[in-house]
Amino acid sequence: MGLTVSGAVPEGTEVSSISPNWVTTKLDFLTNWARKNSLWPMPFGTACCAIEFMASAASRFDLSRFGMERMSFSPRQADVLICAGRLPFKLAPVIRRIWDQMPQPKWAISMGACASSGGIFDTYTMVQGIDTIIPVDVYVPGCPPRPEGLMYGITLLQKKIEGETIADPDLRQEHLVGEHGLFLPANRIDEISEPFGNSVHQTRSA
Amino acid sequence: MTASTASLSPSVAALREKFGAAITRHAVSCGDTIVHVSNERAHEALAWLRDEPTQRFDYLTDLTAVEYRDVERALEVVYQLRSIERKADLRVKIELDKTAPLVVDSVVDLWKGADWLEREVYDMFGVRFRGHPDLRRILMWDTYAEGHPLRKDFPLRGHFSRAEQTRQALSANPEAQYSLEELSIAEAYEELPADMRERLRRGERGDVG
Amino acid sequence: MSTRTLELDLSTPGVDSEGRPIRVPLGVRAGASEDELGGEHMLVNIGPQHPATHGVLRLVVELDGEVVLRVIPHIGYLHSGFEKLGEYRHYNQIVPLTDRTDYLSPMANNVCLALAVEKLMGLEITERCQVLRVIACEMSRVISHLVWLGTTGIDLGAFTPFLWSFQERERIYDLQEAWTGARLTTSLTRVGGMMADVPEGWTDGLRDYCRTFPKTLTEVDTMFTRNAIWIGRTQGVGVMSAEDAINYSLSGPMLRASGVAYDVRKDCPYLGYETYDFDVPVGEHGDIYDRYRVRLEEMWQSVRILEQALDRLEKLKGAPVNVSDPRVILPPKHRAMSDMEAMIYHFKQVMEGVSTPVGEAYLGVENPKGELGYYFVSDGTAKPVRWRIRPPSFLNLAALPKLCEGVLLSDVIAINASIDIVMGEIDR
Repeated sequence: MGLTVSGAVPEGTEVSSISPNWVTTKLDFLTNWARKNSLWPMPFGTACCAIEFMASAASRFDLSRFGMERMSFSPRQADVLICAGRLPFKLAPVIRRIWDQMPQPKWAISMGACASSGGIFDTYTMVQGIDTIIPVDVYVPGCPPRPEGLMYGITLLQKKIEGETIADPDLRQEHLVGEHGLFLPANRIDEISEPFGNSVHQTRSA
Repeated sequence: MTASTASLSPSVAALREKFGAAITRHAVSCGDTIVHVSNERAHEALAWLRDEPTQRFDYLTDLTAVEYRDVERALEVVYQLRSIERKADLRVKIELDKTAPLVVDSVVDLWKGADWLEREVYDMFGVRFRGHPDLRRILMWDTYAEGHPLRKDFPLRGHFSRAEQTRQALSANPEAQYSLEELSIAEAYEELPADMRERLRRGERGDVG
Repeated sequence: MSTRTLELDLSTPGVDSEGRPIRVPLGVRAGASEDELGGEHMLVNIGPQHPATHGVLRLVVELDGEVVLRVIPHIGYLHSGFEKLGEYRHYNQIVPLTDRTDYLSPMANNVCLALAVEKLMGLEITERCQVLRVIACEMSRVISHLVWLGTTGIDLGAFTPFLWSFQERERIYDLQEAWTGARLTTSLTRVGGMMADVPEGWTDGLRDYCRTFPKTLTEVDTMFTRNAIWIGRTQGVGVMSAEDAINYSLSGPMLRASGVAYDVRKDCPYLGYETYDFDVPVGEHGDIYDRYRVRLEEMWQSVRILEQALDRLEKLKGAPVNVSDPRVILPPKHRAMSDMEAMIYHFKQVMEGVSTPVGEAYLGVENPKGELGYYFVSDGTAKPVRWRIRPPSFLNLAALPKLCEGVLLSDVIAINASIDIVMGEIDR
């Protein structure tokens, strides 16, 4: 971004080509209001969290209140990818492809502990958090999160969308898989996948 | 638990009578009868157990393998058999010396349920099944290069680093994971690039890991 | 594999000598249509991300027009390494893992694990514990079949029963939550007992459920059982004969719908099932309709068993739930905090786990999807040498290619729904 540590903007750096003004804020308000209240989820449901997702969509917890009852199983018509469930490495290229197929504006919710960090599965098959593969906007912890928890995550996403502005040049940037075949740098992936706390001791067999 | 003759399945005596020295030993553990059969005559013994009127083990409950923590112990391929009409269970084991190639005869011709079960044992342990129609990995992807996960020398988190595993996973093209069988249907095999044809061929029939 | 490329001659195959279109009957086999219409076979990929595959399942379908010639399922998209992980956990630490294999009926898996380890250890559980476990299993049967019902309805075009069944599931979830603290990942059992007894007033909630749930079943019955569309789509589709069902190692409703009267609860009883009065529905034709009828009837029978179990629970009021051996199961908290010996037992169990004798045990239970079996091999330590899950859905799904010979593409979806799979269990 070209910013120095102190946060001062060096002379001559263009932060945004559009200067925020009355017109942009009104437009932002309108666009964001429309987007946040009609998020069509792409339910990438894999495991137990998918069942709680289905329960959220059912009558008792009703995602329809958020305008999200229209589940879009085609990524090309979806706004928010909700990864509900654990993601093994075999499924990694699939979610990456689905994410790439989604047109902007798009967001991602990582639902559950496994999607957020690998959960209880610190094993040879499991992606340790989908944020190593796609950019995530909201993490919903839980194993599985209650439907109320998921809905809180959705309201947080709505708040995030509320705060977006067209004056932001970094918005709506596609972050593709780099030429090294990775989305995040390799050392970063290793860093965030490192076991911590009790997990460190749980690979003793006997 | 002590092995009482009451819980020992009569199939053991019948097997010993028919196959003699091929039945290396038997045991009772927690009420289940276990019989060890030599590899050479295992298929014959299993076929006899299925077809013999006094045995009629027509249901293959499970087919799996066990590797012990003690490195000197053999790797065992375990068949959990059941006779639906007689309501009897039997566990048959084949011991495989880990220093030799791990090969047993496939029982797909006896029980169709063995098809995927044997593919899983191949995937997880590296045991090859002679005569299996389509022996390729089932739980991991075809070109998985880290090895056979349920072996004791395979660490819980795998051999490669997380970044390397992620990189290999992302570069695996999902569409390339059609088997040869499938691609020949669509006639697209001829149009595939040579290296992809090679990888597919290697991935499913060749020794990858 | 033979490949077929036929050149389309545009002037004929679809019309006869007078130029009138030839009517091609449905269900025509590959050989016939080749002569009449010609054309290549299509390879269609369904999944792994697909609403109708009931999880991350990938089906590669060879189609001749709309007729399916071959279906090749690909699994492993949810492989999590459960069996490997189990080798690094104490037996009680494996209980939460079992919730996540078949996540549609978590309590039933918990019970199967506890029973398998208790068989390995030669442990006898208390009577109250047995009744509680029967209640847990039957509640799980109901919620699993409700998911199957809702999702099969959606696959075949009926959306509303999904909402009905999930509403009923919510009521069971409330009961599960009151008992264990969790809606879905219950971790209910421990080796030698349960995590907790049912709270005060819980049995009233379950009785109320047993009283009102049959109304929903009747509604579903009215909606589907004599419905022409339902019958048209499910009868005669996906047929499996009894001999094939046995040879393919099917289990559960898949096996019984094909006419094989085998139910683990009746044939190898556990938890005192032989003392309960219930029937096991057995089908005849082995098609999707029979599987539907079998599962619907199983829900009725589960309610019957639950009512009997609740009566027994009343009689066993105040009886102990856990075994009284403090080396195996945690002592009550107040004792662990006050009594030195109890504290030491608590410490040893939590830090070192409970060792099992050298040996091995296989235990099969009648899970809603089929026979779930856990095979443990122990070397005398607190962690198993091998934990094998015998997954019913894995073997049931392996029969999909056989079931889908010669059907239409939309039938593949219906057959897949009727197998009632859960990918967590298949891929483990």
